[in-house]
Amino acid sequence: MKYARWLVAGIIVVALLATPHMPFSNNKMLTILIQLFIVAALASSWNILGGFAGQINLGHAAFFGLGALTTRLMWMNEYPLFLSFLAGGLVATIFALIIGYPALRLRGTYFAIGTLAMAQAFFITVSNVLPGTSALSGPQLVSYELAPRYYLALGVLVVIVATAYGLTQAKLGLGMMSVREDEDAAQAIGVSAFRHKMSAFVLSAFLAGVTGSTFAYFHVSYYYYFTFIPTWTFDAVLVTFVGGVGTVIGPILGAIFFVIIRDVLATNVTNFHQIIFGVLFILVVLILPGGLMEVWDRLLARIFRST
Amino acid sequence: MEIIAQNIVSGIMIGALYGLAALGLSLVFGVLKILNVAHGELIMIGGYATFWLFSLYGMDPILSLVIVIPILFLTGILLHFGLFSHIVKFDEENRIKNSLLIGFGLTLVLQSMAIQLWTADERSVTPDYATAAFDLFGIRLPVVRLIGLVVAFLTVAVLEIFLNRSYWGKAIRATAEDWQTAALTGINIKSTYLFTFSLGASLASIAGTLVTVSFSVSPFIGLQWTLKALIVVVLAGLGSIGGVIAAGILLGVTEALSAYAFGGEYRELVGLILFLIVLSFRPQGLFGGKG
Repeated sequence: MKYARWLVAGIIVVALLATPHMPFSNNKMLTILIQLFIVAALASSWNILGGFAGQINLGHAAFFGLGALTTRLMWMNEYPLFLSFLAGGLVATIFALIIGYPALRLRGTYFAIGTLAMAQAFFITVSNVLPGTSALSGPQLVSYELAPRYYLALGVLVVIVATAYGLTQAKLGLGMMSVREDEDAAQAIGVSAFRHKMSAFVLSAFLAGVTGSTFAYFHVSYYYYFTFIPTWTFDAVLVTFVGGVGTVIGPILGAIFFVIIRDVLATNVTNFHQIIFGVLFILVVLILPGGLMEVWDRLLARIFRST
Repeated sequence: MEIIAQNIVSGIMIGALYGLAALGLSLVFGVLKILNVAHGELIMIGGYATFWLFSLYGMDPILSLVIVIPILFLTGILLHFGLFSHIVKFDEENRIKNSLLIGFGLTLVLQSMAIQLWTADERSVTPDYATAAFDLFGIRLPVVRLIGLVVAFLTVAVLEIFLNRSYWGKAIRATAEDWQTAALTGINIKSTYLFTFSLGASLASIAGTLVTVSFSVSPFIGLQWTLKALIVVVLAGLGSIGGVIAAGILLGVTEALSAYAFGGEYRELVGLILFLIVLSFRPQGLFGGKG
């Protein structure tokens, strides 16, 4: 069972690596896959703080936006892509380190509404300072290809999922989960709640930052403030909960479901996916706290029992 | 000097509306110990009700409150039965967290449904007195804002009398104080929760009507008003009804003065920063007594 899981993961990664070279692949398909990777990566990064450490961050868009903005500005000013990419993650990390102390002193709901306000403050500032669009220059457009974007997004997603998996196997991750379950009890057995929350916060911010950087490298033209809109946070939260909060695979499962409904099925009805996902989300919170992962696990258990 | 006075007066009038927007949120939080972040969407629905009554039947927006308030009261009953009543049985920490998540899902659903039903257009209500204004020592007092101010103070006054004098009001206050003891004295806690939640929704509808008259309504105004209400509630101290209008006015005046000093684009920002500062240093609020 355990090896089978690794085998399946390996096959999926190899298949995804080969996809751009396949005869059936086209630009529309690659674009949808890149969007899927970005949503899954953002949700997984949110899940590290929200799912593992149990802190509901409603300001995740700020980190995604900071990563995107930094990378975009540097890359457009002809800094090497690699450097711009890392700088995106770095800026998000530094910012998380700065606000981490005051923010994480707030417990539960206060943390959620505090981060929401923080992200809105960023959104307003960026839309005032940089009200325009950011479009690629002529030479950049000429050399634009989807394949490198695809591989970057895939790589970022794999790194984030591997990080999440690593956390579930490491003392650090287990510490985060104990803080989620009961902060006071965790403190009592010698797990520093603040240190674990801070680690999760910074890690989550860094990963959201590089996801933003990937977005900045991928998109041809967008408003600078677009990466700061609260929708990014909301999508990440929805996807994570519907997929299965606090699990490694859940956010990916949720993201696949989300992208299918948003980009494949409902392209002609705007916002339809939000109604479906909003209702699903409420149902998950009320009656199925494990999300799709729980459905999946039960299904597997039933199949294995019957054979 | 006159400009500053004008800004302060405008700030007071808008601030009263901020306070009104926060009133329902604060009441529900104080009694049910849940945080309904879809409060802004309830304001939005109230605004649309007013808009449709005005544009279809030409009904005066203030008069339309007679219909709008019951509509939102019923909406509140439905939402409480369908969603929030299922989480009040949790312990306090899980209750708040789950209410936050449910409110958040509800926000998306209500917003998307409003887009589907009423398009994404911005709508406003323009009665005859929409542009009328008094002039007092060179300070402009727009009639709609004055009405907003009066309605806000009237609402708080009626709410205060209701909470202090009536049986239901006393039941609500007792439940907010300690629901277990309240239950022992024979108060029906379930009905009190239901009634309080619906009362909160009704208060949102009054705010929605005034928002639509003073500004405009669109499916996207929810988050903005939820944030305003949250800022006011945190400034006033969570669950404190008395300080809500004062905190709203404080926010309104601060915004108006900072818009004058730094430019209008940053008026929202100042409120948010004020909020974050108060949250970090005085989570019990500026007007809240104990922690």
